[in-house]
Amino acid sequence: MKKTQTQADHSNPVISIRGLKKAFQDYAVLRGIDLDLYQGENLVVLGRSGTGKSVLIKIISGLLKPDAGEITVLGHNMEQITEKELQELRVRIGFSFQNSALYDSMTVRKNLEFPLVRNRKGITRAEINTAVETVLDAVGLSQTINQMPSELSGGQRKRIGIARTLILNPEVMLYDEPTAGLDPITCIEINDLINEVQQRYNTSSIIITHDLTCAKQTGDRIAMLLDGQFQRTGTFDEVFDTDDSRVKPFYDYNFIH
Amino acid sequence: MDTAESATTVKKNSKFKQSLINFFTDLYKINQFILRFFREAFVPPFELKEIVRQCFEVGVRSFTLISVTGFIVGVIFTKQSRPSLSEFGAQSWLPSLVSIAIMRALAPLVTALIASGKVGSSIGAELGSMRVTEQIDAMEVSGTKPFKFLVCTRVLATTLTIPILSTYTGLIAILGGYLNVSQNEGTSWSAFIQQVFEPLTFVDFVASLIKSIVFGFTIGIVGCYQGYNSTKGTEGVGKAANGAVVTAMFLVFIEEIIIVQITSWFR
Repeated sequence: MKKTQTQADHSNPVISIRGLKKAFQDYAVLRGIDLDLYQGENLVVLGRSGTGKSVLIKIISGLLKPDAGEITVLGHNMEQITEKELQELRVRIGFSFQNSALYDSMTVRKNLEFPLVRNRKGITRAEINTAVETVLDAVGLSQTINQMPSELSGGQRKRIGIARTLILNPEVMLYDEPTAGLDPITCIEINDLINEVQQRYNTSSIIITHDLTCAKQTGDRIAMLLDGQFQRTGTFDEVFDTDDSRVKPFYDYNFIH
Repeated sequence: MDTAESATTVKKNSKFKQSLINFFTDLYKINQFILRFFREAFVPPFELKEIVRQCFEVGVRSFTLISVTGFIVGVIFTKQSRPSLSEFGAQSWLPSLVSIAIMRALAPLVTALIASGKVGSSIGAELGSMRVTEQIDAMEVSGTKPFKFLVCTRVLATTLTIPILSTYTGLIAILGGYLNVSQNEGTSWSAFIQQVFEPLTFVDFVASLIKSIVFGFTIGIVGCYQGYNSTKGTEGVGKAANGAVVTAMFLVFIEEIIIVQITSWFR
């Protein structure tokens, strides 16, 4: 499915990052990142393995603390946020993990119910069932409701992982390598699902990937992370219309047309 | 030569210094972990359903092994004590001796050691695996409190269940002792039971209960600490499981010595 260009509201950044720095021991991964994610857009962060792409979204979701810089997520300054506010904020942010991170000991139904029953006080059994069925239907996996995660394929696990975040109706979606380890057909299905989520749930998303097909199919805007900083930002064609020796091989080694 | 020797000494000193720093850092982290447990465990919302499920898990995991071990301990202890008492013609003291040894020391200790192996390792491996596969992070980013759901429930479950299992071990061990005594001395059940409870005091029961609670808490908190903080992929999971067993067993013995010393002041 070809990506429908989305009109993002550029006056309204839902995530704003200025001068973000993060190092592990002596190795500086992020060296002064500036980034805005606008309402309704899919922003793809491209980069080689180990360049700090996942670190970036883990900092946005509060899983990691930055060394320096200012991060504002949905109007909250992450430096001044209290634990209670952070917990409330996280409900508004969906995080799809690289390996899906489904709870092994729970069925698909329990996986989906888990965040819901803990964040929506007073929710009835009927409402829970409806919500579970709705998100399963959205990802096209209604038949897996009573299965264990170990019984699902890689693509199904990714979809259920996305469904688990959708159940809380997030405003922002963070996808960590959504197509990693999947076959080309399943990759395209996941890319379509990401676009569908954007349209159906009106989410703003950051998609971390090194897969150019995924970047082209899902991204309204691409940001190329090189040497700890965003070196090129723009549409897919704008980013790769360059002779930069650090960017060009990235394109050349991916078989996309 | 002098320079080489002094370089070795400096290296040794710096290694020792680093080990010391690591030891105190770990101690601080464990302390923070325990304090966090007390901060979160007794504040609503309570995960009662999960606590009950974990209690059931702890009980089921150890039940068979505890039953067999408890029975064997009772039989063996009675059998091995007989010759010494026979020298003084005091076989009639066997039930009292068995009950004192089992209720005061063996039942809580044997239960704790078995639970360290079965339950502690399982908790360490389970949480370790959840950590390295980002399941704990997934709970955190979905606005839930993984510490409360995973750690508090497991620690409370071991703290509540180990005393019950310990009492059960004691009863099974006494039954083993009775079978041995009745076979050799022909003692009746009622006479045996009377002699079993005669020497036991209120302090014995309270001390045994406190000991089991402390052991249960230790097994739970050590298993959870090792698993919750595990790193380095699958290797970390193995280390967490192993660390949970070794550390819990070591601490159980240390606590046994301390509690025995304290309770002896009340006798």
